[in-house]
This record gives sequence, C-alpha cells and structure tokens, in this order.
Amino acid sequence: MSDKRLTFKKRLHIIKHHYRGKKMAPAFNALHTFLFTPDETTHSGSHVRAADDLKRTMNTVIMALVPVLLFSMFNAGYQYYAAIDAANGVIREVSVFGNFLTWDNFWIGIIKVLPLVVVSYGVGLLVEFIFAVIKGHEVEEGYLVTGMLVPLIVPIDTPLWMLAVSVVFGVVIGKEVFGGTGMNILNPALTIRAFLFFAYPTWMSGDKVWVHEAVERAGGPDAISGETILGYLAQNNASEYTYSLSDMFFGFIPGSVGETSTFLILIGGLFLIFSKIASWRIMLSAVIGALVMGLMFNGVVDQGWIGDTSKFYGLMSFPFWQHLIVGGLAFGIVYMATDPVTGAQTNRGKWFYGFFIGFLSVMIRVFNPAYPEGVFLAILLMNVFAPTIDHYVIRGNIKRRLKRLKNATVLPKDSEGEEKELQVETA
Amino acid sequence: MSKDIKITKGLDIKLVGAAEQNTSKAVLSNVYAINLNDFHGLTPKMVLKEGSEVKAGEALFYNKNKEDMFFVSPVSGELIEIERGARRRILSLKILADKKQETLANSILDLENASKDEVKAYLLKTGCWPFILQRPYAIIADPDANPKAIFVSGYTTAPLAADLDYVLQGKENELQAAITALGKLTPGKIHVSVGKSSKSPLAGLSGIELHKVSGPHPAGLVGTQINKIDPINKGETVWTVSPQDLVIIGEMLLTGKYNPQRTIALVGSSVKKPQYYTTKIGTEISTFLYASGVKEERFRVINGDVLTGLKSRQDAYLGHYNNMVTCIPEGDDYEFFGWNKPIFNKISATRALTFSWLQPNKKYDLDTNTNGEHRAFVVTGMYEKVFPMDIFPMQLLKACMVNDLDQMEQLGLYEVAPEDFSLTEFVCVSKQPHQQIIREGLDYLQKEIG
Repeated sequence: MSDKRLTFKKRLHIIKHHYRGKKMAPAFNALHTFLFTPDETTHSGSHVRAADDLKRTMNTVIMALVPVLLFSMFNAGYQYYAAIDAANGVIREVSVFGNFLTWDNFWIGIIKVLPLVVVSYGVGLLVEFIFAVIKGHEVEEGYLVTGMLVPLIVPIDTPLWMLAVSVVFGVVIGKEVFGGTGMNILNPALTIRAFLFFAYPTWMSGDKVWVHEAVERAGGPDAISGETILGYLAQNNASEYTYSLSDMFFGFIPGSVGETSTFLILIGGLFLIFSKIASWRIMLSAVIGALVMGLMFNGVVDQGWIGDTSKFYGLMSFPFWQHLIVGGLAFGIVYMATDPVTGAQTNRGKWFYGFFIGFLSVMIRVFNPAYPEGVFLAILLMNVFAPTIDHYVIRGNIKRRLKRLKNATVLPKDSEGEEKELQVETA
Repeated sequence: MSKDIKITKGLDIKLVGAAEQNTSKAVLSNVYAINLNDFHGLTPKMVLKEGSEVKAGEALFYNKNKEDMFFVSPVSGELIEIERGARRRILSLKILADKKQETLANSILDLENASKDEVKAYLLKTGCWPFILQRPYAIIADPDANPKAIFVSGYTTAPLAADLDYVLQGKENELQAAITALGKLTPGKIHVSVGKSSKSPLAGLSGIELHKVSGPHPAGLVGTQINKIDPINKGETVWTVSPQDLVIIGEMLLTGKYNPQRTIALVGSSVKKPQYYTTKIGTEISTFLYASGVKEERFRVINGDVLTGLKSRQDAYLGHYNNMVTCIPEGDDYEFFGWNKPIFNKISATRALTFSWLQPNKKYDLDTNTNGEHRAFVVTGMYEKVFPMDIFPMQLLKACMVNDLDQMEQLGLYEVAPEDFSLTEFVCVSKQPHQQIIREGLDYLQKEIG
C-alpha cells in the first residue's frame, strides 16, 4: 500500500513539474494540493512555519457545518411529512428516534438537499477554476466554505437552475471582479442569497417556499403549509403555529435548509471559537446587539405604544431572546458574520461590527413584514460598513502615535546640535 | 532602578536541539569570509585589492556614503577573492588566514576624557561602528544622527537562542567600557534589558537603565522592548547593539585590538551534539558543524535563528551579527492529506485539529516545509495574538505591499524591523512573506523620505 502511494506521489510530482507554467497548471495544482500538501520549503524570512494553512482553516469551518447539514437533511423530510399530517388535522409531536431520524426523512434530504450542495459546489468551483486558469493564479480555498453555506441558506425547493445562475453571479460579481478570495467586499454566499431573493422575488418571497412541495400543492386539495414562525408572526398569527420552545431551539421547524437548529449551530459556533478560527468577539457582540434591539421592541409593546392591531405587533411582542432561536439569525451570526474577509478586521472594530449585525437583523426582521428574515441584509450592510469601522479604529491608533510625537522632546536632528525644527504633522 | 516589562502576547516556539552549556574551541578556519549581505543597504568601496596582505583589524573596505566608516578584517592573511555579482556588486570577501596571526594595534582611547566626536571617530576608524544598528530602517547606524536612546537586549526568547547569561560570563569589563563609550553618543539613556530572573553581567553595569523582561517570544526582540519602553516617533532615531557585539567594542576600547571572537551556539534538531563553540566572525561553519556531527543528509544551515536567520550552504561562513547557527531538516516532501488530518508533531497557534495546545512544554522537531501555499490575506485577528506592539500588523503589511507612504508612516513603520514580523510570518495561514514585505517597505520609505 505504502509503496503504491509513493509511486503515485512521485508520478504526480513529475506531472506537476512537466506542466509548470502551462495554462492548465492552476487547475492541476488545485487538485494536487487537495491530495498532498506541497513540497514547498521556505525561501525568505522564517524558516519554519506553523502547521495551519488556509485549507485547514476553511476545512474547520466546513466541519462545523457538517452536523447542521446532516440535521437539515432529516429536517427536510420531517417538515414535509409533518405538513402533510397537519393538513390532515394531525399535529405531530417530535420524537428524535421515532419520527425524526428516519430513512423516509433522510431520503427527502437526499433528493432535495444533496442536489443543492452538488450544484453549489460544482458551479462555484467551476467558475473559480476558470478564473484561476484565465488569470494564471492558484485556485484559492475561499469557495470551499461558500459552497457549503449556500445550500444551507436557501429554501428547500429552490430550482437548481436558479441556484446555478445565482452562484455564477455571486462568485463573479461578488468575488472575482474584486480579485478573488481575500479581496471581496461582500460575503459571496450572501451575495448569492441576495441575488436569488431579488432576482426571483415571486418565487423566493412567498410564504410557502420553506417546506418541500408546499408551493406545488398550493391551492390544490392537498395543500400543505410552508410557513415559518417569523412568517406567522409577521402576519400577527402567533397563535397559529404549534411549535414549542424546544422545537425552535433544536430546530424541528420550517425554514431555510440549514438555519433551523440553533442547538447545532451553537455547538458549531463553540467549536469555531475553541479552535480559534472564528471571532468570538463578533459572535458575542452580535448576540448582544440582537438582544438589545429585541428588548427595545418588547419595551415598546410593554409601554403600550402600539396595540395588537399594529402590523408590527406580532414580531415586536415576540420575547426578545427568542429572536435568537428562530429564523437565520443564529446561523448568520456564527457562520456568515464571522467571515474574516468581509467583516471588520480589527479587534475593536469587530465589537461594533457584530453588535450592529445583531441589532439591525432584528430591526429589519420586525419592520419588513414582507421578508422577515433580516439577517442576511444586515450582514451585507455591515460588510459595506466594515472598512469604515476599521478606518476609525485604525485612526485611533494613528492619533495615539501623533500625540506621542507631539509630546516627544524633539532632539536636534544631527549631532552638531544645529537646531533644525522638526515639522510636526498634526493631520 | 529597574522597570519591569511583561509581555503577554506572543508565542514561544520550543524546538528540539537546544545547546548544552558546554563550550569547545572550534578548529581554526583556513578561510574567513565577510558576506556583504549582512550589511543591508551598504555600498562598499574597496580599500585593498585582491591579493593584498591584511592584518586583523585592518580596513578592507569602507562605506561609500560615509567615507570614514571602515569595515575591517577579522584575521590576518591574504585577501584571496572579491566575489562579485550582477553589475559588479560585491557579494563577499574571502581571506586566507595566516598561520601566525597579527593584529593591528590601534592607539587606546582615553575613555574617561574622550569627547563624543572622538569616541565616534574611534569606533568608525577601528571597524566597530557597523555593530551599531539603527531604527528606523533597520540598517547600520548613521554616525551623524543624534539617537534619542540606545537599546541593548540581554534577554533572548527566539527559538533555541544562545543563552546570553552564559556566553557573557566574565565579560563585565568589556561591556562596561562599551556602555561608557556609547553613553557619550546619545543625550538619552542606554536601556538594557535582562530576563526577569537572570544573573546576567549586564545587570551590574553602571550608566544604564535596566529593564527586567518576561513573557513569550518576541519579548526578547529589541523592537518589542523599544515599543514598550520608549517608542520611536517620526524623525527620531534609536540605536541598538547586541550584547556580544558590545564585548567586541569593549575589547577594542580596552586593548586597541579588534578581536572578533565570540561564543556561538550550534543548535537544531539536525545537530547530533548541540553545544557552544568559541570562534570568530567570518569563520567557516564547517569548522564546528562537523565536530558536533549531523544526523541526516538533507538539512538546512541557518546563519542565525530559525525565525530570522539567513539560509546558508554547508560551506558558508558565520555572519557578522550572528551568535548562533541552526540546522534543521529540509521539508521538501509532500504530505498526504496534510491539510485536514489531525496534526500532533507541528506547532500551531490555533486548535483546528492541531494539538500543540495540549502539550505547551513539548519540544518540536520542525522542518522547513511551508505547510501550505501562498494565499491572499484572509484570516484576521491571528497576528495580533502574537504581536505585542501597539501597531496593526496586517494593515501595516498591506500598506507596505501597495507602497502607501502616508499609511506606512502613520501605522508605525519607523518603529519596526523585519525581525519583528517573524512571528506573524510563522503563524500566517496565508504563508505571506512578512519579513520581506517589511524590508521592502522600509527600503522604499528610506528611499522616498530618507
């Protein structure tokens, strides 16, 4: 076995060197480095390097997403069958081993969720490879995470062609035109989601898209509900849904494919914080931001400033902390807001950046009943403002340095003691 | 009065192959060499021609831009080769050593009564000046500058670094003479740092401000200490000297003779018997390398430590500023699924299936593999964890990459040297060449602003 691998390794090495500098080299190298960490040694600077590379970083995020993906595949089926039961007047009680982790549920996941993953990766990586070959640079790993995020933040019945078009748009306009991974301003996964939402509004903004087949069956005799909790709340129909708090927390509710299980997202988030890959500052401050905004809305209701006839009543009176366990807020905070490229890059900036994501998410959620899922808009908005936040944080550092310069005793510039006044810039 | 500096941000890179406290005398080298790359930015002008006889301490060449700054020969012998590169730039000089060594005897300076200019002229003439470095720009000190302070770091935290307390034993007189002389060159203080619990001879010197430093690497880098003690502002200059170079300066002041002898540490996991050797600047590394023995065939010789040293060949010569030589295995091999399998045998600043955090005291045998490919900057917040200065490392690197002079100045490029970015370079998941970026930035800044 080991002998075979050696020759395989050697053979790849020979091919790599044979095609070095050729047009398709980046495509080959991308596949090669997937199998083998390269034989490159250090040339300048530090002779030894830490064990991590960008692939490992990205892979850690993917590992944190795997439980969410698996759960979502079961939940796709569970919501489908639960909705059929509900249409027949049977309200289901969830039982993890009884009616959740079943082959029937998983099969729906395989035929509905898996194709989303395949299309997302296939199309996205194809675009990345094409750009790498055209521009002659290596294929960077950014899309590994994006490709996994995209299927988890779309409605389950999203037509695959729509997804493919959106992925092409998102990767090209959201990332490649800026120069590829590391240079983009907007989170590519959210750019894809936003394109999907605004390009196909009649499809995406309905209240029926969240459960498999709900759209197809709408209006017919076997119609089923595809409504999310936030959808109910937006229509002031809070009494109509039957989900318990534990359903919401563990994720047995309808929603975008992977956003429902706050429990698994929390575990993923803790894993990312523990492995030092994602910023705990952003996550914590975003949670605080969401709670603050939620409390303010609860306060408005408690003060009696709006009555239960207001169209905002449903969402405003929703207990502030429950905002964290419904909709995509938790998913957005853990996996999307923490994207280091598009987020704030300074530690202090991350506090502001995260806080406003949480704060604005809940605000958009409440004030935009047509689309109660505010988190992706909030993150995209803060992506745009992240450089501004960083600018002011860095300004603080620059000002400190200038202040130090002002207070410094200015020495004569050369040893003869000629009094040459130093020009002190106080910009 | 001593002031304590406690560094919390950083990372100690613990490697296999630390030197035993046991010093041997290295075999005398036949040929000694001066590598001009050791003097960044210098334009040399030869004093002697190929084939000339030279005494130890006699001038070989001078600085074209400061014509009274001489560079001297470490030994007496014949200048056998002036190696030139592209556009006839001098790369190195080789001297075939005489059997019987002769050293040029300079007049001895009356240190107590010497003026500032006399001290300066003496050090420039005798070839001791190049041991004094300056910031900004991390180059040989400009003798016309008026430094606001001089810094000497007697605390080492670099991987496998020579123990300064050990190698400086018994050098109190030389150190004191050098400190007294340097004291005349600055209107400010001489800041000397030692480890918190060290018995360094540096601690007993007079005319210094002593600082006790503790914490992980880069606490021992002089740049970190400058940033914590008295940071450099625009327009200011500070000088730095390493303690072992102080000894050479001190001996010159006491005896009038140039004695480039120093105790160096031969370390690294490829060395069979890592230990200390006394030898001279410019000596062939092989004179002591094979006395200790090497474990494998494919290894890298580093003139200096693993983070900042110069990649050298096995037949290379000891660098002008180095007090250690490190040998580690070359890592030019592929690793199957190296990016996703759990890693136990390499150091990491994260816990992304890397497990160095489980055993903080384990010593590692690292090779020169980059463990990944060059990528754009993606991850944020990682450099800050190992970068104790009040500077935004990534933003400064980016400013250097795009040659943005305003940003370079404002973000503190005057305060740093490439070595300060060695640890951020180590942890960088994008495998960016940080030290090279900073060096190019400094060169650009110097060219444009001077």
